[in-house]
Amino acid sequence: MMTPDERLVMSLRSALPKQDSPQEPSRDLWPALLARTRERPSAPWFDWALAGGVLLLLALFPATLPVLLYCL
Amino acid sequence: MERQLLDEFRHGSAEAFERLFSAQQASVYRWILRIVRNPSIAEELTVESFWRMYQAHARFDPARGFEPWARRIATHAALDWMRRQKPETELSAESAAQLPSAAEADAAVTSEMRAALQAAFARLPAKLRIAATLVVVEELTQREAAEALGIRVTTVKVRVFRALRLLRKELEARGMKP
Repeated sequence: MMTPDERLVMSLRSALPKQDSPQEPSRDLWPALLARTRERPSAPWFDWALAGGVLLLLALFPATLPVLLYCL
Repeated sequence: MERQLLDEFRHGSAEAFERLFSAQQASVYRWILRIVRNPSIAEELTVESFWRMYQAHARFDPARGFEPWARRIATHAALDWMRRQKPETELSAESAAQLPSAAEADAAVTSEMRAALQAAFARLPAKLRIAATLVVVEELTQREAAEALGIRVTTVKVRVFRALRLLRKELEARGMKP
């Protein structure tokens, strides 16, 4: 006699059978990877947010520029 | 796999990376396919995985071998993809058609139940779904799943348990009893 969990597992295996056949990619993936390595990385959104914040700070308080340059 | 090749890869050799790619692309692809169950997505994620490996070469430890490391990176690439998908697109008609034949399945499980289970499975949170895919569907051991996901065995057990509980609740809400 199967438990409810065993029945559920069996039903799930029936709904989503195991992918056990040996399969290969349909094409050579090396050119796609090579293209990926040549892409220029884009700056993440927080880099842009940080740059915007710094510019805003400088616009509102120009006197902070020497402090900023000192920190750099 | 030759230790020298792994050392060269760790030190950033593009030639070593290309050799590793040639030797491992099929196994990484098959691993990802077991998780995402869609050949074209598996190809995209294979490229993404090797890109991540290329970027992380300096953190690779040759003493631990390439395959477990590659498998972990590929698993996380697949998990990230699953997180980005809207539930209703996760098991499209195309993906369902690419599943192994239902003729192998148990006749006692009705087609209505299969469809409901596939839909409910696609709506599971990604981290529960990937654990259930590896352990329940692909019948890996909990240890193998834990290694691939980079989590503890007990965490895998909990995630599989929660996935099954959610599936059961969803089926019961539709008036079905597996």
